[in-house]
Amino acid sequence: MSQVRVLVGTRKGAFILGSDGTRKQWNVSGPHFAGWEIYHLKGSRADPDRLYASQTSGWFGQVIQRSDDAGKTWHQPGTPPGEATKTPDGMPKGESNKFVYDTSPQTGKPLTTHQWYDGSQRPWEFKRVWHLEPSSTDPDTVYAGVEDAALFRSTDGGQSWTELAGLRGHGTGPLWQPGAGGMCLHTIIADPTHPDRMFVAISSAGAFRTDDGGRTWKPINRGLTSQYIPDPNAEVGHCVHRIAMHPSRPNVLFMQKHWDVLRSDDAGDSWREVSGDLPSDFGFVIDVHAHEPETIYVVPIKSDSEHFPPEGKLRVYRSRTGGGEWQALTTGLPQSDCYVNVLRDAMAVDSLDKCGVYFGTTGGQVYASADAGDTWAPIVRDLPPVLSVEVQTLS
Amino acid sequence: MIRVVLPQHLRTLAGVGREVTVAVKGEVTQRSVLDALEASYPMLRGTIRDHVTQARRPFVRFFACGQDLSLASPEMPLPREIASGEEPLLVIGAIAGG
Repeated sequence: MSQVRVLVGTRKGAFILGSDGTRKQWNVSGPHFAGWEIYHLKGSRADPDRLYASQTSGWFGQVIQRSDDAGKTWHQPGTPPGEATKTPDGMPKGESNKFVYDTSPQTGKPLTTHQWYDGSQRPWEFKRVWHLEPSSTDPDTVYAGVEDAALFRSTDGGQSWTELAGLRGHGTGPLWQPGAGGMCLHTIIADPTHPDRMFVAISSAGAFRTDDGGRTWKPINRGLTSQYIPDPNAEVGHCVHRIAMHPSRPNVLFMQKHWDVLRSDDAGDSWREVSGDLPSDFGFVIDVHAHEPETIYVVPIKSDSEHFPPEGKLRVYRSRTGGGEWQALTTGLPQSDCYVNVLRDAMAVDSLDKCGVYFGTTGGQVYASADAGDTWAPIVRDLPPVLSVEVQTLS
Repeated sequence: MIRVVLPQHLRTLAGVGREVTVAVKGEVTQRSVLDALEASYPMLRGTIRDHVTQARRPFVRFFACGQDLSLASPEMPLPREIASGEEPLLVIGAIAGG
């Protein structure tokens, strides 16, 4: 019997929601890391019991947690439980929380500056990990998207981290600027057919692609238009909120930008708008049906100054045509007086038949649909504000 | 032994109670106490001070013997009562919120 595990990061801890393949009865585990912000947690496809979590705090900084038993127990990878806390030469362990920009002459880039909100320049300063993306083939390899925007990689199960400095240092950095949440790298997508190709997205810089395993990067923002930057069609500076891809068609990308929903059919080389008849094309999440590569989901939000659903109606919109034509999905969702938001990492799909779709809100609800969005029901209603939702489909 | 009182979140992270003790060789300063604390509890590295610069995190404070030592030099000797173990060094998360 298949099972589903939903990993939920919130402002005050992590929660793990489990069900069998019917997705009707759920058990809730948590809070894990109570009181800490959990920006993201995600499981490895190579070893589903291996979970990584980003635990962060404005007071005490960044902590990386790892579980090797599906979330029953957790440890910081640099200091596994029961092991000596020092190396043989007397140096303390605990490097798993250490994210340092690579400025070494051999592999690094100078610590340049980016734009601040007021247009002035500021040097890069590490703040937190927004997104963890485990490799699909190696449970010990995991990527971290961080604020201030950069990409890090660990190949030892999260014990130590190395920046892929070619992204931060490729040249347009002085034009990047923070969005309202900070200058974060929030989306990491590996191309399953092209091991050296990877896509990332940064608010507010745009989307970038590497074709050589992260050594060099190029902006892929042609076709994006943003009225909040001096040149609306600039190469960088766009506030991309989320990108999604179906693994069977890695050249097709879907994007929810600050405003506008877009698609690319050439691996990001060019984009075209597919907002179509959405009630608002502002939003944060976007995802793709597990079995139908042209079926996509968004949650329209009223505007950048009013972060709640239009008309107080929480509606997921589904397009079966890869954008352009959209259908409101409302059954089981509140259709009056609803003023929550759905943040960029807070939607995911399972790979059961029918495809399950999940999203979490800033009001603490996690909604699930076991029929590809036709009907919805809350798994939980009263969690802290939800920052991220990921799903593992277990056979 | 030097006594150090940790805030709730760091107690959970380190798996310890309210107060821990650490041995310090040489002069007892903020830096030497925190070095000893991090050596005994490496999971606390980066939580009180920045990993690289060793600067105190902005929302962390150090109190001792009724004084706020947060802005004092990390090299300044701590009060005699801390060095003798009569009083603990308090690591505090700054109050924020309503």
